[in-house]
Amino acid sequence: MAEQAASEAPTRLSLAGRLFGVLRTVPPTALLGLFGICFFMFFAIFAPWVAPYGVFEIVGGVWQPASAEHWLGTDNLGRDLMSRLIWGARLTIFVALAATLLAFLIGVVLGFTAAVFGGWVDQVLSRGNDLLMAIPTLILALVILTVLPSDLYILILVIAVLEATRVFRISRAVAADIVVMDFVEAARLRGEGWGWIITREILPNALSPLIAEFGLRFAFAVLFLSALSFLGLGVQPPVADWGGMVRENKDGIIFGIGAALYPGAAIAALAVSVNLVVDWILNRTASLKGGRGDG
Amino acid sequence: MAEALLDVRKLRIEATVYPPDQPPHDIVIVDDISFTLEKGKVLGLIGESGAGKSTIGLAALAYGRGGVRITGGEVMLDGVDILKLGLSGIRSIRGARVAYVAQSAAAAFNPARRLGDQVTEAAVRHGVMGRSEAMQRARGLFDVLGLPDADHFGERYPHQVSGGQLQRAMTAMALCPRPDLIVFDEPTTALDVTTQIDVLAAIKRAIEETQVGALYITHDLAVVAQVSDDIMVLRHGKMVEYGPARQIIETPQEDYTRRLVSVRQALKEEAADQSQAVLTVEHVDAAYGNAVQVLFDVSIHVPPAQTLAVVGESGSGKSTLARVVTGLLPPSAGRITFDGRDLPPRLADRSKDDLRELQMIYQMADVAMNPRQTVRTIIGRPLQFYFGMRGKEKTRRVQELLDQIEMPKGFAERYPAELSGGQKQRVCIARALAAQPKLIICDEPTSALDPLVADGILKLLMRLQADTGVSYLFITHDIATVRAIADSIVVMYQGRIVRSGPKSKVLTPPYDDYTDLLLSSVPEMRIGWLEEVLRTRKMEAAGH
Repeated sequence: MAEQAASEAPTRLSLAGRLFGVLRTVPPTALLGLFGICFFMFFAIFAPWVAPYGVFEIVGGVWQPASAEHWLGTDNLGRDLMSRLIWGARLTIFVALAATLLAFLIGVVLGFTAAVFGGWVDQVLSRGNDLLMAIPTLILALVILTVLPSDLYILILVIAVLEATRVFRISRAVAADIVVMDFVEAARLRGEGWGWIITREILPNALSPLIAEFGLRFAFAVLFLSALSFLGLGVQPPVADWGGMVRENKDGIIFGIGAALYPGAAIAALAVSVNLVVDWILNRTASLKGGRGDG
Repeated sequence: MAEALLDVRKLRIEATVYPPDQPPHDIVIVDDISFTLEKGKVLGLIGESGAGKSTIGLAALAYGRGGVRITGGEVMLDGVDILKLGLSGIRSIRGARVAYVAQSAAAAFNPARRLGDQVTEAAVRHGVMGRSEAMQRARGLFDVLGLPDADHFGERYPHQVSGGQLQRAMTAMALCPRPDLIVFDEPTTALDVTTQIDVLAAIKRAIEETQVGALYITHDLAVVAQVSDDIMVLRHGKMVEYGPARQIIETPQEDYTRRLVSVRQALKEEAADQSQAVLTVEHVDAAYGNAVQVLFDVSIHVPPAQTLAVVGESGSGKSTLARVVTGLLPPSAGRITFDGRDLPPRLADRSKDDLRELQMIYQMADVAMNPRQTVRTIIGRPLQFYFGMRGKEKTRRVQELLDQIEMPKGFAERYPAELSGGQKQRVCIARALAAQPKLIICDEPTSALDPLVADGILKLLMRLQADTGVSYLFITHDIATVRAIADSIVVMYQGRIVRSGPKSKVLTPPYDDYTDLLLSSVPEMRIGWLEEVLRTRKMEAAGH
């Protein structure tokens, strides 16, 4: 039966139809998350056009309440809070995204290399990674950033290297599962080099769990960057980013002024949105490597 | 005629499928199945995968696996339709009056609890008997089933007994609460051939002594012929043929049954001249991690355009031999010659031609192909890698290879998941063939396939050998396959070669003890074979 069933070509739907079909199966929580991500991405990309005021522009008094001109009020220096929030989205998401991409580049390449080669290569890479992971991330970052000059790209690099340790772990584990499959052995017996094995045999099969991990790491990067900025070692003023904005406005809370809550809420909303989507992706890929349970 | 214990009438079972790119829909997986079973009798349900035999077996417990619904018909147990019972009614039947023996005993036992507790659990929980009485009965059953040290066997944990013993313990578990009916779902399929026969004999004796009714599900007609009174042949969820075992085996009426009965008959005459060699392995020792030695002084030679079959049970070292030849496991001693030249022991030291001329086919075709590559990429890669073919030339050659393995048009763009089991194995063969090898190592290429599909693959392999002159190093545990295709045979046992030579010589008495055990353990398709073999065997199986 199977022979016959497989020989009948499956009827394929149009691209739009398939997209609709996929969207229909998306659970409401994931839709909410997708909407949240799109919302923030929109402001991040179109900040220069949608922000009502400039990011450094002082437009009113200190900590003015919300009004028709300033929807969210003004901050500790009298700058428009909503404009800074929008510009802050741009910078926060850019730094977090760049750091996560870099972290994945480093982590995946090294993780796959460790899994494919095994032996002492694996030992050196894995133990080195353990060494980095043994030191609390935030403290390590604080030490490094205090020593190095405060520069946006150094900040990205530091976050990326620290995040890469986590990416290394998961990509090594996923790849180790795939490496023992017969098709990888077949490629080895064919005489393929490790470049082909990593990019053509392993990567396509590791993609689902890695995409989910990417979302998760991105959310962590946002939180990490915010924490660094809050402590004064991340993005430097007067440039706006969410963590920095919380620090700038935190003293207002004593006087009952909620200006620090808006960037705080934005950080939380973005992190939650990403997590909602990631949960859905993880459940969808339950049958593949890295999935966890049905749903 | 005695009162029927189980009377299944017009059973119909449906399931919802969710194919990609298509809306979900219902399919009928079992349609219009009727049979009756008397107390103390055994009905064999036989068919290939997807025939619905396990689904029917579980319906006798009023159970449907995830997503499966029993939508029509009746399952009468002693005159009561169990499909109409409520949850508590069904619960009082399952385990107590109808028991189930699964294929994988290792997965069915809780590794953290003693066997005795698990064997008696159902009987005690259902209140059929008290704990001490149940233990007493379990000890009796262990004895009937031929388990060693029956009085203390129940004190062991599952990992302390062999696979064949575990399977018998599961039979004891099913029999313990004195059920009226047992459903055996492929109880011997996962076992080695020499172990299978002991389990089969134990099950048969236990059924006779307890006078329980049984449904025996398997894909192996020769096995079912040994234990069943009646046989029902199933295909695609429909009945093909139903009748007394003797009639089905000896005078099958339907074409499909006839093909099943005649499966794997000789496909090839043994080659006369076996003096030449494309591959020779001389005095090879091999060990994993320098500690566990797996191969001891192994020597083989494969003549050109011929098939050498390496036979043995799991753990005999036959797959390790393949790893040594491919270079994945460099031997600790000995020498390998290929096509007149010395083959470097390590994979990394071999030339591209060494690699190209030595190809491999795996047992599990679905994990031997990258699920994210199309058939075109899978077959095309060796063409590009070894011969530098690209574009039109590659496309044309891929199509040629697809024609050679008898695949219909339009398969080049498919992914492995869109192929059936037999088609997957064919694509793997095409990938090996693309390299224009001198030798293909076949590691149990047919043992995961249904008998008729496996037959097709073997025929294809033989035709390709005749066309291209390729040699096979064919690793298998299945003597029937060996009989059908081999020119010469090597029998392996615990890492050593115990017997080798041309097929006619190896398969002709006098045998050594192990070869005798191995050959006599292969079920033959005739009634009464099991009893005969048990009387005449020289050596006990290792699992005993």
